[in-house]
Amino acid sequence: MDGISCSRLSKSYGRSKALDRVSFSIPHNGIFALIGRNGAGKTTLTRILATELMPSSGSATVDGLDVVKDAVELREEIAALPQEARAISWMTPRQTVISYLMYRGLGYGEAKVASDEAISHVGLEGHANVLNSKLSGGQKRKVLLASVLASGARIIFVDEPTTGLDPISRSEIWSILVRLKKERLIFLTTHYLEEAEKLADKIGILDNGKLKAAGSLDEIRKLVKYQYSIRVLQKDRKTGIKEGEEIVGEDGYAQIMTTEKEAYGLSTGFIKDRVKFSINQVSLDDIFYYIVKKPLNAEEEKEEGEW
Amino acid sequence: MGRRINQINASILVNAVYAMQGYPAMLISNLLSPLSIIIIVSFVSHGMLTSIAIAGAFMTLFVGGGLSIQADLAHLKNDFKFQDMIVSSPTGALAYLVGMALSELIFILPSLTVLIILAFLFLHASLSAMLVIVVVLALMYTFATVFGFFLSTITTDVLQSWAFSGILSILLTTIPPVYYPITYIPLPYRYVAYISPTTYAAGIVQNALGFLPLPPTTLAAYWVIIIAVALALFAVAIKKNKWRDA
Repeated sequence: MDGISCSRLSKSYGRSKALDRVSFSIPHNGIFALIGRNGAGKTTLTRILATELMPSSGSATVDGLDVVKDAVELREEIAALPQEARAISWMTPRQTVISYLMYRGLGYGEAKVASDEAISHVGLEGHANVLNSKLSGGQKRKVLLASVLASGARIIFVDEPTTGLDPISRSEIWSILVRLKKERLIFLTTHYLEEAEKLADKIGILDNGKLKAAGSLDEIRKLVKYQYSIRVLQKDRKTGIKEGEEIVGEDGYAQIMTTEKEAYGLSTGFIKDRVKFSINQVSLDDIFYYIVKKPLNAEEEKEEGEW
Repeated sequence: MGRRINQINASILVNAVYAMQGYPAMLISNLLSPLSIIIIVSFVSHGMLTSIAIAGAFMTLFVGGGLSIQADLAHLKNDFKFQDMIVSSPTGALAYLVGMALSELIFILPSLTVLIILAFLFLHASLSAMLVIVVVLALMYTFATVFGFFLSTITTDVLQSWAFSGILSILLTTIPPVYYPITYIPLPYRYVAYISPTTYAAGIVQNALGFLPLPPTTLAAYWVIIIAVALALFAVAIKKNKWRDA
């Protein structure tokens, strides 16, 4: 069965292009995380795929159904948790989930059973009858997640579900998303790179409305010519780099991205000079900055439709 | 069909039943608005216009209740992003509108009960007059809800929707001669009142209750106007509303 596929998908508001010929395909299971800066076009893309917004040109299918022509059928298969969605203040978690399921066509009795299950799934059974206005930010977000979870939709769009949450609430939401992904496709947008790295099976990097990269973390790593990231106190260093890029932060530490061979040479030198340093494979943070800040050269940049 | 009914019931739960359970004070505010005008008109007219004011309060309740769909939907759409969740669900615009319209009707039920009691005490309407009132109120309710729904889909901020509500409520229920006969308005200003469809609706109701004699042709024209306005707005709202953003 198909997951999501876009072909030259564009969205313009007057002269401004929110999405510019975005093309990619993702399979029908797992988590696809779309990362990008604020205003990169993440929400626009998500809203088009979730049939909330019409595209200006191009096409997209979700679960094999066209987001424009087959929107009515498609809405049976998808559920969306929009950015900045809030649990309605005058309702309780149980009432929230029940009403959402009724909007999806379930009868009250059926919806009540499913809502109890979903509420306990997200760990809110002790708060099921408390007004949403009295819940914490993380709990409110869980109420909405319980709603989409209970829907049984095969494809779920969640737009920045952890923005503004504390680390514990965020990690609880992550656990829910990991459980959710087993039988579903979750299309997640985030600007927390750590979130994408931890949760996603595939990642897309969107910048200025253009999809700069898409694939598994390993596939994206290959787009960057450096494989290692070294962090060292600048004043302790005795040697410079022959190959790679370095940034010295205000904390006095240099962040060096370099090749395996250069990393080996630098590490050997630091050990010999008794300089403290750390070395890691390049993280998604490094890759993101590399891809977003530097235009990829002709060989690295793919034409639309190839991701 | 069963699925559509469940979707309609969901709106009734969200916007009426759960809202009343969560914040009962809303019921009191809903009730006070028409009652306060009845009291003022009765005092000022030394009881002469109490009956007409009660008939006018029905109009205010239905038009105001219908229009409040505008602020409610804008609040759900802009502050909770609730409408986006529903757009990407199997519920369509019409089921959502019907459900929300019924929810507003449920919301005014307690006030309606009080007004019905007052009507039995003061109005003494005949069966045919009651039938006319029910039809006129149904038409005005349709007009107000579809107009409110249309406005809610194009408002981007709850402050904007409150402004719309305030303006519409004054234009449709306070300025028009809903609580008194149109003959009380001096002639040059009377023409302004004819801009509002509620003027015609109130004229029909006041005629049915025997407060405002109207020639049959005028009465027929009033009916044509309120039916045409309700149908035209229904068509425009269904066609032009922004359920799925463009």
